[in-house]
Amino acid sequence: MSKIGVFVCHCGENISRTVDCARVAKASGQIRGVVVAKDYKYMCSDPGQALIKKAIEEHKLDGVVVSACSPHMHEKTFRKAVTEAGLNQFLCEMANIREHCSWVHEKEEVTTRKAIELVRLMVEKVKRNMALEPIRVNVTKRALVIGGGVAGIQAALDIAQGGHEVILVEKDPSVGGHIAQLSETFPTLDCSQCILTPKMVDVGSHPNIKLYTYSEVEKIEGFVGNFKATIRKKARSVDIDKCTGCGECQLKCPSKKIPSEFDRGLKNRTAIYIPFPQAVPARPVIDREHCIYFKKGKCKACQKVCPADAVDFEQTDEYVEEEVGGIVVATGFDLYTADKQGPYPDYAGYGEYGYGEDPDVIDGLQFERLASASGPTGGAILRPSDGKEPQSVVFIKCVGSRHPSKGIEFCSKICCMYTAKHTMLYKHKVHDGTAYVFYMDIRSPGKSYDEFVRRAIEEDGAVYLRGRVSRIYRSGDKLIVKGADTLSGAAVEIEADMVVLATAMMPQPGIEGLFQKLGISYDQYKFANEAHPKLRPVECATAGIFLAGACQGPKDIPEAVAQASGAASKALILFSRDEMLREPVVAKVNENTCIACWYCVEICPFKAISKKEIRDRKGNLIKRVAEVNPSVCTGCGTCAATCFSNSIDLEGFTDEQIYSEINSLMAVGQDLFPEPEPEKGEGESPDEQAA
Amino acid sequence: MKYAYYPGCSLKGTAIDFHTSALVLAERLGIELKEMEDWVCCGASPIHQRNPILASGVANLLLSLSEGISPQIAVLCAACYHNMKKAEVEMREDGKKRNEVEELSGIRFNPEVRTRHFLEILDQDLGLKALQEKVVKPLSELRVACYYGCLLSRPPEIAFDDPEQPTIMERILEAAGAETVPWSHRMECCGASHAVPVTDAVLRLVNDILASAREAGAEIVACACPLCQANLDMRQDGILAKLGVEHNIPAVYFTQLLGLACGATGKDVMIKKGFVSAVSLLREKNLL
Amino acid sequence: MQEVKARCGVDLARCYQCGECTAGCPMTPEMDAGPTKTLRLIQLGMEEALFSLNTPWLCASCETCTARCPNDIDIALVMDVVRQMARLKGKKIPIRETRVFQDVFLKSVENNGRLYEPGMIAFYNLKSGNLLHDVILGPKMLVKGKLPLLPHTSKNREKLREIFRKAEEHEKKAGEGETDSGHGESGH
Repeated sequence: MSKIGVFVCHCGENISRTVDCARVAKASGQIRGVVVAKDYKYMCSDPGQALIKKAIEEHKLDGVVVSACSPHMHEKTFRKAVTEAGLNQFLCEMANIREHCSWVHEKEEVTTRKAIELVRLMVEKVKRNMALEPIRVNVTKRALVIGGGVAGIQAALDIAQGGHEVILVEKDPSVGGHIAQLSETFPTLDCSQCILTPKMVDVGSHPNIKLYTYSEVEKIEGFVGNFKATIRKKARSVDIDKCTGCGECQLKCPSKKIPSEFDRGLKNRTAIYIPFPQAVPARPVIDREHCIYFKKGKCKACQKVCPADAVDFEQTDEYVEEEVGGIVVATGFDLYTADKQGPYPDYAGYGEYGYGEDPDVIDGLQFERLASASGPTGGAILRPSDGKEPQSVVFIKCVGSRHPSKGIEFCSKICCMYTAKHTMLYKHKVHDGTAYVFYMDIRSPGKSYDEFVRRAIEEDGAVYLRGRVSRIYRSGDKLIVKGADTLSGAAVEIEADMVVLATAMMPQPGIEGLFQKLGISYDQYKFANEAHPKLRPVECATAGIFLAGACQGPKDIPEAVAQASGAASKALILFSRDEMLREPVVAKVNENTCIACWYCVEICPFKAISKKEIRDRKGNLIKRVAEVNPSVCTGCGTCAATCFSNSIDLEGFTDEQIYSEINSLMAVGQDLFPEPEPEKGEGESPDEQAA
Repeated sequence: MKYAYYPGCSLKGTAIDFHTSALVLAERLGIELKEMEDWVCCGASPIHQRNPILASGVANLLLSLSEGISPQIAVLCAACYHNMKKAEVEMREDGKKRNEVEELSGIRFNPEVRTRHFLEILDQDLGLKALQEKVVKPLSELRVACYYGCLLSRPPEIAFDDPEQPTIMERILEAAGAETVPWSHRMECCGASHAVPVTDAVLRLVNDILASAREAGAEIVACACPLCQANLDMRQDGILAKLGVEHNIPAVYFTQLLGLACGATGKDVMIKKGFVSAVSLLREKNLL
Repeated sequence: MQEVKARCGVDLARCYQCGECTAGCPMTPEMDAGPTKTLRLIQLGMEEALFSLNTPWLCASCETCTARCPNDIDIALVMDVVRQMARLKGKKIPIRETRVFQDVFLKSVENNGRLYEPGMIAFYNLKSGNLLHDVILGPKMLVKGKLPLLPHTSKNREKLREIFRKAEEHEKKAGEGETDSGHGESGH
């Protein structure tokens, strides 16, 4: 016979305001199998917990039901308490009479009756609970960081410094990401390459970091602590070990008209190229789509001229497998474009801005390239169409962002700051020019941020016009910008030499493919979802996978770096023990009744079930059955619901337990809501006796 | 290809040249336009500016008059197209709105009905290739500025081409051999019905439009709306008088140009109705 | 704001006063205030100021604002509704000419079933007190054969009048939200 203890919490007055807790305790005491039932004001407090522990010892309880708030709140607390009293933690459960009862109903008779019902259900379940032990899982103490921008670099460095090996995978030929493209960063106007390149060099040379550039993650298998990643090292067509990075190949390559990705189309590059001078690794890559040899079978100029004989046209993609325990996703962002057929086909382009086709209508990153000393104009602000210095530049914020009719509702966070910065960069180089900014709001909440924007306006003379721009069109030498200034109520028309659009910050196009391989969720814009928006911003709901940087949402550099260190610390926590403990409420297959239909294998969202062969001692096959890997299984129950032969059940959440809960509900006579009273004596139950 | 044809009031009055040239063109292209019987005025802009649901109610009446001819209604006037298409799309997509309008007008809405602008019909139903085959006098290098105006493409729900950067008129006229020019004021408003009560505003707007067309090197402007054509054509004198600018650029209907390309005479397409004459220009290009 | 929503379903709470409508409006040089400010006055319920603006009466219904509003607000429709409300509330109309034009146009349509352009223009000149308006244009149009001499009528004239009558009843009730117009949609 069970010996269950029921403990009803008042939760201050959160519960007792609408539920008669004393009555619930009294009624619970009448349930068969319950030997002690108490109520108390704050069950989670020390005295409350002491009450429970004392009862366990006194009555030799073999099950505890704490009738209080949600298990999300305090299940851990109470399980810890009962463990201290010597009772297996999985024999302690909570009946939620707060979120499910007291908080959603009025103070009425039915509310208390419902609370009593909820306790009854849980008691029936706990009677059939099993004493389970947490599952122990080995942890591989290596991390995989996907993405070599500043967030990926920071996370990799932190984990490496923390004493563990890191595999850093970057799809471009060099690490660095977008910061390498910038000219100066806000609010300090630091040269961005100067602050980034030391970290890039560290990452390239750290003994604990294995750097795979020009590589992508092909496949991820496994689970937290035990991932297996298959990485595709794309063929550079250059042997990195032989190459000295002298750059002769770039100079001799005849295919020179390829728009440079690094310069965002403002300049051309060659087919064999090092993306930028400070690249890590400073080794070239051949763009096979544009290389004359790969297209037509002729040329090979680079190979002829290479002093180290490093060019290898026969090179093929190589696949490597790495075993890791935790993964940090730091794939970063790309910019929305005003084009009709941009990289984000789900969102409408800006026809009213000419779909951005005019060469003098550029985006923020392109402006950075103009301003950058390593850029196409050597740092002079010259407009793309004719190379003249623009005397009036119009900057437009919120292009794509905050524009529900074009499909994007969010704010991209950084544009207000970088636009102010752009006006300053412009004015510092074109002293007599005028910078106009069309804005709706100015969002500058960080440290020294607002002061920075005021400086742009007050000291550098940027003209801020509060309104959007309806249309941009070309008239001869100028771009006519039709906007408004709502503060003065005027429609404003500006003849600009150049227009810079602050476009929305979006996740990398097509990144959902990678997220699906990892099994992490993402939102409607394809930003990766964090486990909890407030309290768990660097982890995913999928265990062992952490987030850093703009792939999770628009953010600036200090936030990306902070988040990266946060993600690294989560990885280090994971690696701090040799073994991990997991909840044992997992599925288990009854091998006697399993009919090997494999539906559970197909339907498991976590790929936790596999096919097992049972053989006799001679090696003959007796039968095949499904087998659940308890380390991966999350206890979602999908397989149990699917199984045709009823062979799978969840330990600690069996069909029997659930049916017993339902039965107990039925036994009392169903409703808690006004209906004709049953005949006297019919279906009388303990709670009615107690009432 | 048979369509129920809704001319609208202007096309039987001030824009008789639009109507006539369109019928001539349609005949040559094998498009049958059967005029709906006992049609009424769609109300253009004043009707919805007076009471939006009144406009929908009248539009519903007009849509129903296509019954017995064809569910495809061909329209030339941009304002009429706008009113009818808007009502049609609203009623098809919004059940509540449909009930309201049906009750007001006392007529059931037939969701099979489709309001089509003539440009759409030429591009999608006839096809540019078929049009090209019928061209006997290519509009050889006539530099045309295609003027869309407002009501064919706004709001985006009723547009039959890209609402900000349409190319349909250009493609059609190029199929007939014209050289179209890219210009900035293709879709800028001419001032529409303000021509009567707020004439100065129209003079200002039309001045900007014509200046832009001339800056782009256009020799002639092709219009698809009777009020736009009236404003662009008839107000050039007023612009000269009040603003001192002489534009002297003819504004004609695209159906007139296409009619000529398909072998119709100047008389057939009523080319002489324009205030600013296109006759000498077209004679130069051997089109008359 | 509530009444506008009841009449046409447009919810002005979505307007974040970005100014894009004013930026693209072709009539702003003649307007007292751009559409942005007009919407603001509706949001704040400033009736006096709202109905004193000539803005809705200068709206050319070009729908540039509606097409470009980032929040999908049908601003041109709101302008129509403000005109409507001004009449129903008996406010003084800031631009007489536009109101006269509207009245004369719709009267011609109601009478004949179709617009009789010469008659409409003649009446307009009379009623606006501007007898010599476009006085050169008229004869020129006549000479060119652009003006029909007699009105064209339609057999569906009576049906049209019936719709006009019903619409008049409808607009009286719509303001109190008694009709289905305000169903919380963006009112495209």
